[in-house]
Amino acid sequence: MRSRRKSYDDVAVAAPFTVPYVRYSTRSAHWFLGRALAGVVGAAGLRQDDIDGLCVSSFTLAPDTAVGLTQHLGVSPRWLDHIPMGGASGVVALRRAARAVQCGDADIVACLAGDTNHTDSFRLNISTFSQFAQDAVYPYGTGGPNGSFALLTDYYMRTYGARLEDFGKICVAQRANALKSPQALFKKPLTMDDYLNARPIADPLRLFDCVMPCAGAEGFLVTRRDVAENLGLAYARVLGTIERHNAFPDDPIQFRGGWALDREDLFDQAGVKPGDIDFLQAYDDYPVIEIMQIEDLGFCAKGEGPAFVRSHDLTVGGSFPLNTSGGQLSVGQAGAAGGFLGVVETIRQLTASALGASVPDATLGLVSGFGMINFDRGLCSGAAILAARTQGRPQ
Amino acid sequence: MTTPITRPKRKNPVLRTRAPTLPPAARSRIALGLTAGAARGVFELQVCEECGTAQYPPREACRACLSARLRWRVQDGSGELIAETRLHHSQELYFRERMPWRVGLVRLDAGPSVVVHVHGDVPHPPARVRVTSQLDRANQAALIALPTHATPDMADDPELREMTCDPKFRKILVTDGKTAVGQALCQALASAGADLIWAGVAEPWKKMPGSEALANIPQLTQVPLDVTNERSVSELAGEIGGKVDIIINNAEYHRVASISTRPGTDAARTEMDVNYFGLLRLAQSFGPALRARGADGQSNAVAWVNILSIYALSNFPAHGTFSASKAAAHSLAQCLRAEMLKSAIRVINVFPGPIDDEWNQLIMPPKLAPAALAKSIVDALRSGVEDVYPGDVAQEWFERWRENPKALERELAL
Repeated sequence: MRSRRKSYDDVAVAAPFTVPYVRYSTRSAHWFLGRALAGVVGAAGLRQDDIDGLCVSSFTLAPDTAVGLTQHLGVSPRWLDHIPMGGASGVVALRRAARAVQCGDADIVACLAGDTNHTDSFRLNISTFSQFAQDAVYPYGTGGPNGSFALLTDYYMRTYGARLEDFGKICVAQRANALKSPQALFKKPLTMDDYLNARPIADPLRLFDCVMPCAGAEGFLVTRRDVAENLGLAYARVLGTIERHNAFPDDPIQFRGGWALDREDLFDQAGVKPGDIDFLQAYDDYPVIEIMQIEDLGFCAKGEGPAFVRSHDLTVGGSFPLNTSGGQLSVGQAGAAGGFLGVVETIRQLTASALGASVPDATLGLVSGFGMINFDRGLCSGAAILAARTQGRPQ
Repeated sequence: MTTPITRPKRKNPVLRTRAPTLPPAARSRIALGLTAGAARGVFELQVCEECGTAQYPPREACRACLSARLRWRVQDGSGELIAETRLHHSQELYFRERMPWRVGLVRLDAGPSVVVHVHGDVPHPPARVRVTSQLDRANQAALIALPTHATPDMADDPELREMTCDPKFRKILVTDGKTAVGQALCQALASAGADLIWAGVAEPWKKMPGSEALANIPQLTQVPLDVTNERSVSELAGEIGGKVDIIINNAEYHRVASISTRPGTDAARTEMDVNYFGLLRLAQSFGPALRARGADGQSNAVAWVNILSIYALSNFPAHGTFSASKAAAHSLAQCLRAEMLKSAIRVINVFPGPIDDEWNQLIMPPKLAPAALAKSIVDALRSGVEDVYPGDVAQEWFERWRENPKALERELAL
């Protein structure tokens, strides 16, 4: 019998900060994470000594982990976590830090994710990504996740009748969102023709289906509401979170993620329905996984994702605002920071501090994470529903 | 349908020969179990001894019941291709040079889903396929989905041909080509579509039964080659070394002798000189040019075949000194394999039981006919295996040796 979980009512999420992205950098991950910590501390008007909890995600920090980073950055936290979950890291960091501050194990947790990107970083990362990937995927030439997502996309299109234009619509809409955001690395408008005529990468994926690796970092603070209010911080509240790993292991190929298993739990915690959500920050290393998130999080039924995409305007001002800062597809994928991008943008939208366009009157945001193509599928999924400070929890 | 390959044009000597590159070779130790199967031509998966669940990728505990008792078991490889892609981009040089490259996901009837290379004759998904485990150019196991039934020219598929060493349109040197086994090899290679065959001849004056028939093989040339003579080997290497795609080292000296049955070391020395030092001389003279041509177009240098003996695994005392020379050659062949690995040249070791020739006269049947040995070598080149145990005796000895090498040693001593 599963116990009923405690609410996150007294948790505050604040101080969203982005270390500007660059395609390549000669700096190390430590530099980007250092800038991120300085950024969130500065945004909150704190000193680094005020941070008593630290949570880190990075692919390029080796041989260090969060442990080495404490000495490197001169902090002495009494609560420390290192989350190697790629695209699910942001949501998982949020929910772990939330419990830490609720229980008093820490008062203010800085959640950071960042990576550098040298010209050979991506190849080194994917060639040793996991034992299963090294043994059973990388020798087939698939160049990391491109090949895996090509297979998932091929299967999804055959099974549910999705068209290239459906994926294209997502990419084009996110680019429109990104053009209003100063942080995005992609500055040129993208048309459907550009999308369809881009060079093939791994059929059916074309260039603009694939995220571009880059360097950068993201960070935010998790604390209790009373602490945030004493500090005068703008913050968002946490209504519910889920996390799942290796869901549906007997599916022959991934056509759904762990959200399908946990979404009822998520919306029950939050006391809201999918229709109440004002915007979705979906994990978007490839558009097919966004359609799966739209389905599995309950915005439409399985297989109806393509029709849902066709019938909605996905831009910031549209009927279903999706990845309002442009998402990784238009901002860039700064390694593990890609898993934080959606959380940071959600906090910004709910604290009226968007760097780009704001979703009008947004009070409820859903952020979803997905990570770690260990062999043939992504293993980690997570999601969180955040609310603006003033938004009451529906009874 | 596969487009059949055609006879390669004469090579333009001005153009640079492409340096060999390899597919990613790193594997965990447990995954090398798959390679061990592929090396002898079988597709095996770990199967749980307790609950029967088949596992993939290779692992340390059963995904269904956590048992650590996982045993490699031969699979028939039947399954369904459920998704496919053609790669137009890769981080690895090997694949970049061979784009586009077809890859898919197969749900095996045995349970697991597997990432595979996909033969061009496999229909689009969903499609029934037969998955086999092959050594790729890095000599590591890779899975490939083949059509359920043979298709015309299917061996010429570019992805499958990367896994094999098909003699078709390749130039091949057979040492001691006039012996019974040498003749059988030349005939079999000619039938398999070899482009050129050089039959090395150590003693041109020596008549061997049937050897005049070699003249009837249009693509065959007899060349002087004495593997016990360093100058002879290096002269031939200077002449044809840059053209040879496959070397089959068939030179063998065999006397029936143990330690006590024949005084002195003369016969044993000659066995070592031909069987061990002969391989060393050949490898030193022909190795460099072969290694340089590991990626030389459609008919690149691909393989080095050593005809060893099943006695190389465990000494057969009645033929004790011969066994020792073959054991030495086997050890050197492992060294050669390691050196050839980086150049994508496969070293195939053949471990026949007693061959039906004059030096095995007193051995009881079954004995291996030269034609059967030749066929097993052509089959090995075509299927891309690394270790071959041709014939019933070799198969039985190999099984006994794998199961309990100490027991085999005792059995052979009696």
